Amino acid sequence: MTRPTLTRRAALAGLGAALTAPAIRPSMAQSAPIKIGVLHSLSGTMAISETALRDTVLMMVEYQNSKGGLLGRRLEAVVVDPASNWPLFAEKARELLQVHKVDVTFGCWTSVSRKSVLPVFEELNGMLFYPVQYEGEEESRNIFYTGAAPNQQAIPAVEYLMSADGGGAQRIVLLGTDYVYPRTTNRILRGFLNSKGIGNADIMEEYTPFGHSDWQGIVTRVKAFANQGKKTAIVSTINGDANVPFYRELGNQGIKAEDIPCVAFSVGEEELAGIDTRPLVGHLAAWNYFMSVQSPANTEFKNLWQAYIKNPRRVTNDPMEATYTGFNMWAQAVAAARTTAVDAVRTSVIGQEFAAPAGYTEKMLPNHHLSKPVMIGEVQADGQFNIVWKTPTVVPAENWSQFIPENANRRRG
Amino acid sequence: MRLLLVLLLLLAPLTGRAQDAFSDALPGLGGGFAQQAEAADRLGALGDPRAVPILRALSDGRLLKRPDGTLLIREGDRVTEVATGAAADPAGAEPLRINNRVRQALRGALGRLSLVSPDPAERLAAAEAVFRSRSVENIPLLEAALARESLGRVRERLELALAASRMASPDEAAKRAGIAALGETSSAEARGILLEARATNPALAGEIDAAIASIDRRLTIRRAFETLFQGLSLGSVLLLAALGLAVTFGVMGVINMAHGEFVMLGAYTTFVMQEALRDIPGLASWSLPLSVPAAFLVAAACGAALERGLIRHLYGRPLETLLLTFGVGMMIQQAVRLGFGAQNREVSSPPWMQGTLELPLGVMVTQNRLWILVFSLAVLALTVAAIRFTRFGLEMRAVTQNRRIASAMGIRTGRVDALTFAFGSGIAGIAGVALSQIDNVSPNLGTGYIIDSFMVVVFGGVGSLAGTLVGAMTLGVVNKMLEPFAGVVLAKVFVLVAIMVFIQRRPRGLFALKGRAAEQ
Repeated sequence: MTRPTLTRRAALAGLGAALTAPAIRPSMAQSAPIKIGVLHSLSGTMAISETALRDTVLMMVEYQNSKGGLLGRRLEAVVVDPASNWPLFAEKARELLQVHKVDVTFGCWTSVSRKSVLPVFEELNGMLFYPVQYEGEEESRNIFYTGAAPNQQAIPAVEYLMSADGGGAQRIVLLGTDYVYPRTTNRILRGFLNSKGIGNADIMEEYTPFGHSDWQGIVTRVKAFANQGKKTAIVSTINGDANVPFYRELGNQGIKAEDIPCVAFSVGEEELAGIDTRPLVGHLAAWNYFMSVQSPANTEFKNLWQAYIKNPRRVTNDPMEATYTGFNMWAQAVAAARTTAVDAVRTSVIGQEFAAPAGYTEKMLPNHHLSKPVMIGEVQADGQFNIVWKTPTVVPAENWSQFIPENANRRRG
Repeated sequence: MRLLLVLLLLLAPLTGRAQDAFSDALPGLGGGFAQQAEAADRLGALGDPRAVPILRALSDGRLLKRPDGTLLIREGDRVTEVATGAAADPAGAEPLRINNRVRQALRGALGRLSLVSPDPAERLAAAEAVFRSRSVENIPLLEAALARESLGRVRERLELALAASRMASPDEAAKRAGIAALGETSSAEARGILLEARATNPALAGEIDAAIASIDRRLTIRRAFETLFQGLSLGSVLLLAALGLAVTFGVMGVINMAHGEFVMLGAYTTFVMQEALRDIPGLASWSLPLSVPAAFLVAAACGAALERGLIRHLYGRPLETLLLTFGVGMMIQQAVRLGFGAQNREVSSPPWMQGTLELPLGVMVTQNRLWILVFSLAVLALTVAAIRFTRFGLEMRAVTQNRRIASAMGIRTGRVDALTFAFGSGIAGIAGVALSQIDNVSPNLGTGYIIDSFMVVVFGGVGSLAGTLVGAMTLGVVNKMLEPFAGVVLAKVFVLVAIMVFIQRRPRGLFALKGRAAEQ
């Protein structure tokens, strides 16, 4: 079985590669590529949020290669689709580490997916960069958390709601999707609110399944809860596409931000891209980055993204920025360590600094979390956020919350 | 006309004095959030109608500021200077941003200023805004507005606003009048104001409690009606999703696990119709109604193909049918994912499906849910009519009751099977049109409804459309009644357990078929 044409074509291609590659980048063609795993849901309920993160990693791989790769080696992305299916995340993580032998992985959005892959990364000594704000209460030597810990998002956001500018809320509704991140965050927030003199009678807490679409009962109950003579605000940890019918119901039932502001922890520019935001103007989101941040690093990031995706109207958001920052820190660490070996890179990542698009220099702390600024943005009619409040400096992450009693005897670091 | 005259007379002595104060307050609108709120309050208190377009522009993001501090206002393509009214160049000017605190102040100020507006809708909105801002200074304004107002609807709101403002007054008698008036309403907001006042006025606690109790009596009735509506609304969604299944599973006995995918195809048809008609003037606003027949045809065609191509070879083998249709469902899902992408598609709602409708007793229902409820009942009526009163319905009933005799009577049973299956699938497609308005249009749309649909059909009684109706509505209402106590997740669990117990007791469901047909 010989196929002359194919062989000839392959030979020509090989010849071409042999002729051109050394001329441009002598070292890149010689050694095996560095493999970058991408573990984000490309289908299912979380695809609305996670698809953009896959594209961000692919963009960074292409960008790094255009700069000559790393350690003289080319970078190569390995993309898998865990399909918003939590056990499948663990299987796909194992596939990345054992079959594809990736050097580093960027992935996960929901905490339940991170909890699902954590034992796999620890067992096989992999390295995962997790780019999303989360509930804390975790510290793995194999994971670097580039999103916010509760003290970098949830607590400042609630403090803002209780301030004069935020409306002076005295009653809080905690709405969330039913899984580990909302439940833990709300537990921390309840502890925080109690410490600020807001009793349990002034806190309403409700959970819904992923992809929930019938919000009428909950929104009616929120309205009733809000009419008890005290200023009320909603804190939403609703994840994924359930946000679309939720905001639609808020708009339909006429809940205005002036009366009951809603601050969301998992809704960014990308999620708003699918909704008519005019009825939502004034509702809030707390993040560590907004696309509307004015900084040279952000201009560079936005230009890079819109050029890569070939769409000048595509938005950027916080988890994308965290992916970008994480990738750059990893690349710096690899360059410093002169290897991609997980153990060497791990020590090298800690202490890395990067001028992030958020406009501040962020630093990787020994607890595998970042120091980040905190920002509150208001939804605008064009789907962007107007930053109404931000911290003057970066805030170091506190992944073991002081508002969870069990953490009292844990070492802080 | 008379109204305008009164208005001018009222304002005439004010304008002279207000001239300077008005110009003084303006620059504050370009300051920080606290300054903006203060400036809005001052402009509202001045009562100068010239402030209305400026405040409205600030609230819509049409007020611009040049680097030198000059405020500009944009009306369509025209940009003018706020202070002089002269045309200006918007180059370099940035729109002014506001936050919720400023929005609140703007709403209050605009409310005060437009209480005298000639447009009743504006007066109504103004009364609403003043009701929420509740300040003592509004009392004389509201009294004057009430003296002029003749429309009952607006009067009602004004009186409520007056009562709310009186609660902020230091005068005991005014407060008493306010409490009495608020106690007459069935408004949850009024209850909130009374509760707030109770904390600061211990002397009036008794009267306030009585007023709250009186509101509560009316609120309880109102809440009960709202819960009932929400239950019926959930029921109507279940009914729509289950109706097609009631035909294919209930009448034909085919377990079609791809039923949810037909619903999803209907939702995608709505999306395609919306995109296709977007640029055609006159038709764009009709895309949703036109999607109903389109979705029916698309889903029915797929259904007919599935029945003729695969299912008919497996009649009498339920397990194989189940596995086969399950696989086909996954293939349809993946095909849609490849064709349209894994991301959700946005189907916009026409204006008549947005917002809330207020029924008597203050019961609030959302428009989109109301239309879907009406729509589901209409689809049910059409389905019943098709089965009862048409030749096709007669043949369908004949074939399902006794296939061999029907065949002996000259009915082409194979053709009837295909048509029946296509009919059931088409109804699923129609359900997709409705679901595109309340749920996300994604490839997994159908998976969320397949279990619920089977539950409704089995609970209602296989083969009975009346059973499907009663079953869907019962499940919806029970679910919504449990929700406040158990939460969304647990309520669903309770309903599932209840159905399991019920099916143990009555395996044939609510409306069991009797007679020989049931024995097969």
